[in-house]
Parts: sequence; structure tokens; C-alpha cells
Amino acid sequence: MDFLTIIQILDSTVRLATPLLLACLAGLFSERSGVFDIGLEGKMLAAAFLSAAVAAVTGNAWLGLCAGIFASVLMALLHGLASITFRGDQLISGVAINFLAAGLTVVIGQSWFALGGRTPSLIGGGRFPDITLPFADALAEVPVIGQIYSELISGHSILVYVAMAAVPLTWWVLYRTRFGLRLRAVGENPGAVDTAGISVVRLRYTAVIICGVLCGIAGSYLSTGLAAGFVKDMTAGRGFIALAALIFAKWRPWQALGACLLFGLLEAIGNRYQNIDILGATLPVQFMQALPYMLTVVILPGFVGKAIPPRAGGEAYVKER
Amino acid sequence: MKKMPKWADVLLIPAINLSLAFLISGLVIWAIGKDPWVAIKTMVQGSFGDSRGLGYTLYYTTNFIFTGLAVAVASHARLFNIGGEGQATVGGLGVALVCLAVPWPHWTLALPAAILGGALFGAAWAAIPAYLQAKRGSHIVITTIMFNFIAAALLGYLLVNVLKEPGNMAAETRSFPPGAHLPTFHEMLAPFGIDFNKNAPANISFLVALLCLIGFYVLIWKTRLGYAIRAFGQSESAAVYAGISPVKITIIAMLISGGLAGLMAINNVMGEAERLILNSVEGAGFIGIAVALMGRNHPVGVFLAALLFGFLYQGGAELALWESIPRELIVVIQGLVILLTGALDNMVRAPLEKLFLSFGKGEA
Repeated sequence: MDFLTIIQILDSTVRLATPLLLACLAGLFSERSGVFDIGLEGKMLAAAFLSAAVAAVTGNAWLGLCAGIFASVLMALLHGLASITFRGDQLISGVAINFLAAGLTVVIGQSWFALGGRTPSLIGGGRFPDITLPFADALAEVPVIGQIYSELISGHSILVYVAMAAVPLTWWVLYRTRFGLRLRAVGENPGAVDTAGISVVRLRYTAVIICGVLCGIAGSYLSTGLAAGFVKDMTAGRGFIALAALIFAKWRPWQALGACLLFGLLEAIGNRYQNIDILGATLPVQFMQALPYMLTVVILPGFVGKAIPPRAGGEAYVKER
Repeated sequence: MKKMPKWADVLLIPAINLSLAFLISGLVIWAIGKDPWVAIKTMVQGSFGDSRGLGYTLYYTTNFIFTGLAVAVASHARLFNIGGEGQATVGGLGVALVCLAVPWPHWTLALPAAILGGALFGAAWAAIPAYLQAKRGSHIVITTIMFNFIAAALLGYLLVNVLKEPGNMAAETRSFPPGAHLPTFHEMLAPFGIDFNKNAPANISFLVALLCLIGFYVLIWKTRLGYAIRAFGQSESAAVYAGISPVKITIIAMLISGGLAGLMAINNVMGEAERLILNSVEGAGFIGIAVALMGRNHPVGVFLAALLFGFLYQGGAELALWESIPRELIVVIQGLVILLTGALDNMVRAPLEKLFLSFGKGEA
């Protein structure tokens, strides 16, 4: 394996980690506020569809992104309505949202485009182009550092850089702002937050909407950045891998970046090599596909460092009278 | 009167929830430019109109009874088993191994063995999440989701690399021996002079499913174990105080749940395909969630909800065929049913409760 191959694998790692990272940070906001969200998958799927549909019709990827965020936030509000306002089961609501998205995207897609649930292939301005950073071409000949810069760091769609920037931003919001303090508190002890005169309902809705926006960007990236158009079920379990990454990262932003890059690397290796020989044993491609899920099962019960979710997660808050 | 009458809780609220789900589905059909009335006629005609349609409807119903009961058992212990899909997948592996291992002389021998194989494999797939929940406190929902994906990858690997016939392009096992063939409704009803459609996949597994419904009722409401499961589900601390071990009940409830989901394989793998193929569960594990929610975790309710979804599945196939409305419409309806009966239950319940309470005051 030469240096360029490694760079190429890492390059596709970054691309594949981006939707995971955005969805993972989305889940982080929601779950830190005490609203469990297993509907990340559905929100991404809805966003992927609507953004590709709007981008295909208007030829503008930015309008597509807005539409994708709109679709995802709509789903997020439905989740909020069920789990915050009506105090329903958050897990069941998430399951329902996944099904609604899986069904509606195909039914509506078939009705609009009659392509069996696909959207037309995106060309030109309908996709987010790859951005070439300054001096990338000039530095491409410089060994190692130049190659890393021009191949790995430069040449991604704008949404990849948005996702990377979202990590320090999330950290800052969570640990350095008043909103972040309250958000973390409401996920651990909503009663205390309420006693301090802060609305639990409003805080949680805010978190759920932020979750919707981030999932919207993640879904739009899938259909208008990574691929060129929407196909049925194109999220393919990424929402659940993001959930796994969130647990892996123990609900912390920088660790989320690490977990998503790891899972992205696994996918990149799995895409490039069908079977891998390590120390005489052959790892089948299915093993690589299942590895993120297996790692989560191992990490969750604390065999390798215990993952403890926010204490008030999954419970609707009932104000005392 | 302090609370709603029972009939309102058991009948009225599900009826309202279901009507809302169908109303919204009708709007979706109307919005994509089709006639909802024609759609519902096509669905009823296609699923109950003749014995072929009925045979398919009851075939799907059988699947959903098994997966619905699986979710319901766990629910009584307040465990949300979202892993029916994976457990049914692995149950299919168990049934296939049993059917392929022995040149069965007759189905009466093959069926009990396959039931054992499917249930054991399904239960084994539920055992690890159950253990992790009971002993280490890792959330059963997350682990069972992960196990669904692991099951899919495992089956993919086994079918492609181990179980596939050499020379066969498709990732599937060889066909089961003729002795493992389960009687279909056509064969079962012919001696009585009833001519049931020959190609419909409904088979004797339907009767096994009905037996499971009765067994479920007896287990949950008439046995000591069922009492312990319900007590644990109502209040863990009270159950502990009564000497019920949370670890034991969690694991036993999940083993029964996984076993029931694995049992589904006698219908779809042994009864219909007669070989193991990729993705033979086709989402039935997830439909079990909707079925259990709608059926209020009661066998009568589970049966009616399974029949409803059997109708929706078969009717949905007919819709795709005749009206060119994608089959995914059923997924939308499924999502709406789960949302309205599960997550948005309070939306209907709270105002209704208020209404009944105000009536109660008027009488008093």
C-alpha cells in the first residue's frame, strides 16, 4: 500500500464521515436535552429526498439544502410534538418517523418524477461542487505535506467543511454558553432547570429543532454532495451508525468527531477492499459492515469504559403542581 | 367516576387513532392525484375478494401474529424489543439448518423440529441484548437495533460464503427436502371439498400462530411467570419487594420474545420460500411493533391488528399492481399507526378523558 492509496482512503473517509458527523451532532443536541432520538435516520432520509427534488427542479443546490433542512425540521417538530407536548414515548415516536420518511419519500417521489422513487440525476448547479482551497494545485507536487493538503484537505464540498466546523462550534455552545449549560442541565435534571425559572419545554424544542437542522444538512449532503440525486432508502442505516457513534463518543462533540471518522474509515476500507487479510485470517466485507454495531454493543455495557446517557433522557417532563 | 369506562379505553381510542391514520393516508393518496375510494376498493377486493387474495392476507397475518406477540411479551415487562427483525432473520437460519440437516420423511416430524430450531435461534439472538440490559444496564432498544444490523450482516456472510449451493448465482440455500413441505390451505381444505387457491402461500403455520395467541393469553394472565412479568413491568421496585428477580424476568421475557419472533420463520422460510434467501423477513419484525401497539399487547387485539396489517400488505401489493401507487404507501400507513397509537396517544386520550369526566360529574 503506497502513500497515495492511504491518502485516497483517508479522503473517502472524510467524505463518508461527514453525514455521520452531522447526524451524530444532531443527536447530541437532542439527547443532551433529554429527548432520545432514534429517528435520525428518517430525518436524514426526508432531507435527502426533498433537497435532491428541489435541486433537480431549480438546479440550485443551496435551495435544495434549504428544502432539506425544512423537511428535516418538520419531522423534528413532529417528534417534539409527540415526545415533549404530548409526553408520548420518544422511542416509539422515533420509530414512527423512520417509517414515515421511508414511505413518504418513495410515494411522493414516484408521484413527482415517476422514476420508481428516485429523483432525476443532478447536474451542474444542482450539486455542491468540490472546493479547491488556495494553492492546492501549486502544492500538489510537494511530497507528503503538499499531497495531504491538495488531496485530503482540499477538494471537498462546502458541507464537509461545515460539518468539521460544527464540531468546535458544538463544543463551544455546549460548554461555554449559557444556553449550553441549561441544555446539559435539562437533560440531567429538568426539575432543577424549571425551578430556576427556565422553560423546560422551550429548551427541549430548541434542541430538537437544532437536531432537525443538522440532520437536514446531513441528508442534503448525502443526495446533493456525496451522490448526485436521491435513491430509495439511500441513508442505508447511517442514522443508526450516527447513533452508535454518539454512544461511542459518550455524548461529547470532539469524541463524536473521532468516532465518526473511525466509522467512516471502516466504510471506506470496506468499499475499497472486499475481503481483508490480517495475520492470515480473512475478514469478510460483512464483518466490516457490522463492526460499528458490534463496537457499540461492546462499549455500551461498559466493557471498555462505560457510556452513561443523560440521566433524564427518554422521560417527558411533568411540571409539578 | 374517576376514570374512563373500559370500553372507551379498549375500543374507542384505538378506533379514533386508526380512523385518523386512515384519514391522513387517504389525504396522501388524494395528494398524489389518486382516488382514495378506488384505492380502498382495490385493496379490499385484492385481499378478501377471492381465495388467492385471502391466502396471501392470512400468510402475512401469520407473520405479524408472531412478531406482534414477540413485541407484546417484552412490552408486558416494559422492555421495548425493537429487534424482532434480527431475531426473525436468525430464526430463519435455525429453521433452514433444521430443514436441510435431515432428509425429513414427513412434515409432522419436520414441523416440531423446525419450531424448536426457529425459536431457539431467535431466542439466542435476543439473549445477548437481554443479558446486557439485565446485568450491565445497557439500553435494550439500542442493543436490539444494533443486533438487527449484525444479523443482516451475519446472514449475508453465511449465505454467500457458507450455505450457498456451488454454481448457484443467487445467495440462497438449496431447496428444502420434499418431506419438509408444509401443507398449504389448498392441501388442508381439499379433503373437506373446499377449493382454496393453489398458489396462495397461507399454510399450517397459521394454526401454529393461533395456538401461540392462546398460549400467550395463558402465559401472561394465568401463570405465575406471567404475573411476575406483568408485576415487573408495572413497577420494578414493587416486583423486587415481592421477591421477583429483575435479572431473571428481563432475560426470560426477552427469550420468549425472541423465540416468538424466530418462530415466524416456519411461515416465511419453511412454508413459503422453502429455502433460505436474503432479506426474507421483509420488515415483518418492525410491523410487530405497530401490531403490538394497536393490539394493546392483548392476544385478541394482536390478532385483529395482525389481520389489519395482513390486509394492508396484500392490499398494498394489489395497489402497486393495478393503481400504480407504490407499495411504500403501506410503510406510510404503518408509520402513522405507530405514531398515533403509540407516541401521540395522549393527543386523543387526554381530551377524551376530560369529556368522560365531565359527563361523570353531570350524572353525580
